Amino acid sequence: MARIGVVTFPGSLDDRDARRAVRIAGAEPVALWHADHDLLGVDAVVLPGGFSYGDYLRCGAIAAQAPIMHEIVDAAGHGLPVLGICNGFQVLVESHLLPGGLIRNDHGSFVCRDQRLRVENASTAWTSDFAAGDEIVVPLKNGEGGYIASEETLRELEGEGRVVFRYVGVNPNGSMHDIAGITNAGGNVVGLMPHPEHAVEPGFGPDTPEAMRSGVDGLRLFQSALDSLLARA
Amino acid sequence: MIVVEVMPKPELLDPAGKATLGALGRLGHTAFSAVRIGKRFELSVDGPVTDGVLAEARSLAEDLLANTVIEDVVSVHLLTSEDLLDEIDETAAGETR
Repeated sequence: MARIGVVTFPGSLDDRDARRAVRIAGAEPVALWHADHDLLGVDAVVLPGGFSYGDYLRCGAIAAQAPIMHEIVDAAGHGLPVLGICNGFQVLVESHLLPGGLIRNDHGSFVCRDQRLRVENASTAWTSDFAAGDEIVVPLKNGEGGYIASEETLRELEGEGRVVFRYVGVNPNGSMHDIAGITNAGGNVVGLMPHPEHAVEPGFGPDTPEAMRSGVDGLRLFQSALDSLLARA
Repeated sequence: MIVVEVMPKPELLDPAGKATLGALGRLGHTAFSAVRIGKRFELSVDGPVTDGVLAEARSLAEDLLANTVIEDVVSVHLLTSEDLLDEIDETAAGETR
């Protein structure tokens, strides 16, 4: 069975939800600890949401220097699938695994809503079960989710198809080009602000036209990783 | 002591500064047309601040204290105990003026 690690930093909030999502997707969740130098042989890693180190210095900045990040940066360079969700995305940009930065929402308020996204790139390790153009709805909850990058970086991301998710309908935080998530050149590292791990189980996800809280669109990210790992094996 | 000052890049929106400006306006302080909020780090050193330590602070400022994608390091400078005394003197002079 594929083993997917979820790192817990001081101040992580959604590590347990991420582990639950991994289990529901059919993989074995493995708890990883920020202060360890050991990935315990996992096949993929999730950096969860939360407020690591209280968002001190900058969101994700101190967590990006955690001991386990040395192993993750190294393994990501060799193709390990890594998914950063919300604060995890902030950790990925602070550790330079992904370009650009995330700043306070342009309207200045924390936002929490069920958010529609378009899958722009269905060839990453975390989106291979989608088709490009698919729309999904998953919860979004952040105060500092405005994606910014230089014109040059934006051109590069757009030109190389590295925008993975784009906000549809509402841009909830002022992100440039409506960017909700991006990937690295290898397609193995993906970061996004919305929370797919909160839309994996009927009864707990966003509302759908069929039934309240029945949305499970987020599950497909974790299933994608599983399928990517199986395809490689 | 070494002081490092970091500001959000001027071309980027600073929502915290914008919100503060809004509060100034509501309080009737209309003389101010913009507020931008940055950070000041004070790095204490036991013993003398050598050129090496200052250089280390400069690189630390660029690598960790600021994220140069979204922020600029606007100043890294040494604050001596004499500077501190001057500041105290100036404050005292201001109060008696």
